[in-house]
Amino acid sequence: MKPASLQFFIDPSRCIGCQSCVQACTECDTHRGDSMIHVEYVNRALSTQTVPVICMHCDQPTCAEVCPADAIKRTADGVVQSARKPRCIACGNCVMACPFGVPELKLERQIMMKCDMCYDRTSVGKKPMCATVCPSQALFYGTREQIDLLRPREVPTNRFQFGKQTITTGVWVMVPRDGTRPELLDVTAAMDEEPAVRAPARSARIPGLEVLTDPFAEIEI
Amino acid sequence: MTDVDPRIDSPGREGLTGTARSSVYEPVAVGERISIPPDGRPESAQPAWRGDFPIDWPADHYVARRDFTRFLVLTSLAFTVGQWWIAFQQWWRERRGRPPLKRIAALSDLTPGAVLVFSYPGENDPCFLVRQRDGGLLAYGQKCTHLSCAVIPDPEQGLIRCPCHEGLFDLGSGRPLAGPPPRPLPRVVLEVRGGEVYATGIEERTV
Repeated sequence: MKPASLQFFIDPSRCIGCQSCVQACTECDTHRGDSMIHVEYVNRALSTQTVPVICMHCDQPTCAEVCPADAIKRTADGVVQSARKPRCIACGNCVMACPFGVPELKLERQIMMKCDMCYDRTSVGKKPMCATVCPSQALFYGTREQIDLLRPREVPTNRFQFGKQTITTGVWVMVPRDGTRPELLDVTAAMDEEPAVRAPARSARIPGLEVLTDPFAEIEI
Repeated sequence: MTDVDPRIDSPGREGLTGTARSSVYEPVAVGERISIPPDGRPESAQPAWRGDFPIDWPADHYVARRDFTRFLVLTSLAFTVGQWWIAFQQWWRERRGRPPLKRIAALSDLTPGAVLVFSYPGENDPCFLVRQRDGGLLAYGQKCTHLSCAVIPDPEQGLIRCPCHEGLFDLGSGRPLAGPPPRPLPRVVLEVRGGEVYATGIEERTV
């Protein structure tokens, strides 16, 4: 059983996209060859920023709610387990329903596989494999006191708003500690916001280059 | 489907994803309902099906004594009713008696090697008759004992073939030789009276 004092903290701003977590997850003996974590680009057109996607272990698991085969179960320590092989029919409902985009279908083996917080390791008190290898500690597994000490300018949150759905998760996400922290992260509203393009802001600081918005644009002579 | 990896899809590794040993994911017995329904209302206000399909692992593994007893009683009841149904069917068959006599063809019309399709005893019971090279007469029901496809006799090779699933029967006895059919074909009892071939009965066999 996973100790309740040890929790998972994700800091997407620290992710450098090195894929160490994916490699570590792939090497694990419980699901050899298949990674249950994936690294995604936030907005590939505008930024190289990546984010590690692990299961958020919701208190109201949408994947389990939509599962027609009753295959996704949550253990008493709050870990939403991967699909149970005797039940999973690889229909992909969970893949479409999960608001965080965690589950992935392994069609060649007719099963859904998702992050189970390395249940074989965390249930005996070890850290998840991805948290042990992450060089920038974007994935951190430890106590709340440790993360408060390590990230004095950030604070963990675990409440998210997706449209009309409010989700409380077992995994924490680090957000800036700026005093204006809302009660929950409204993900739908954040997706509608126009992303800030960095290039014009930087060029505006250099005198004489205010008109140059794209530093890599071809200049007509 | 591609070939399964024997390294990971082997017996004893049928845990959650099929790759982990099943003992890794022993259910945790402590703690009851921890997952919250989407509407957030208490458990008593939830529909009954939620109790049958709980998300929490301990509740999913829990079998109440009452549920187990109900399963035992209902299964025993189903078996008992099934036995009575079989007995009733047997009684009904015996009460109906032997099927009536029916003329099929004139013996002179049947050249050796000829096959004739007829229906006996009812209109919807297709049968076939084979005149063998040595002059013997054989008749069987045409419905394959597997899934009731129409079987095709092959007098040259002494076989009866079912085209649906490659079932094979012996022409001489009607017994299955290969493929999925579990029982022999029903044999039609024939009688030759005054140069006419009559069907006098049908013999259902189990072996």
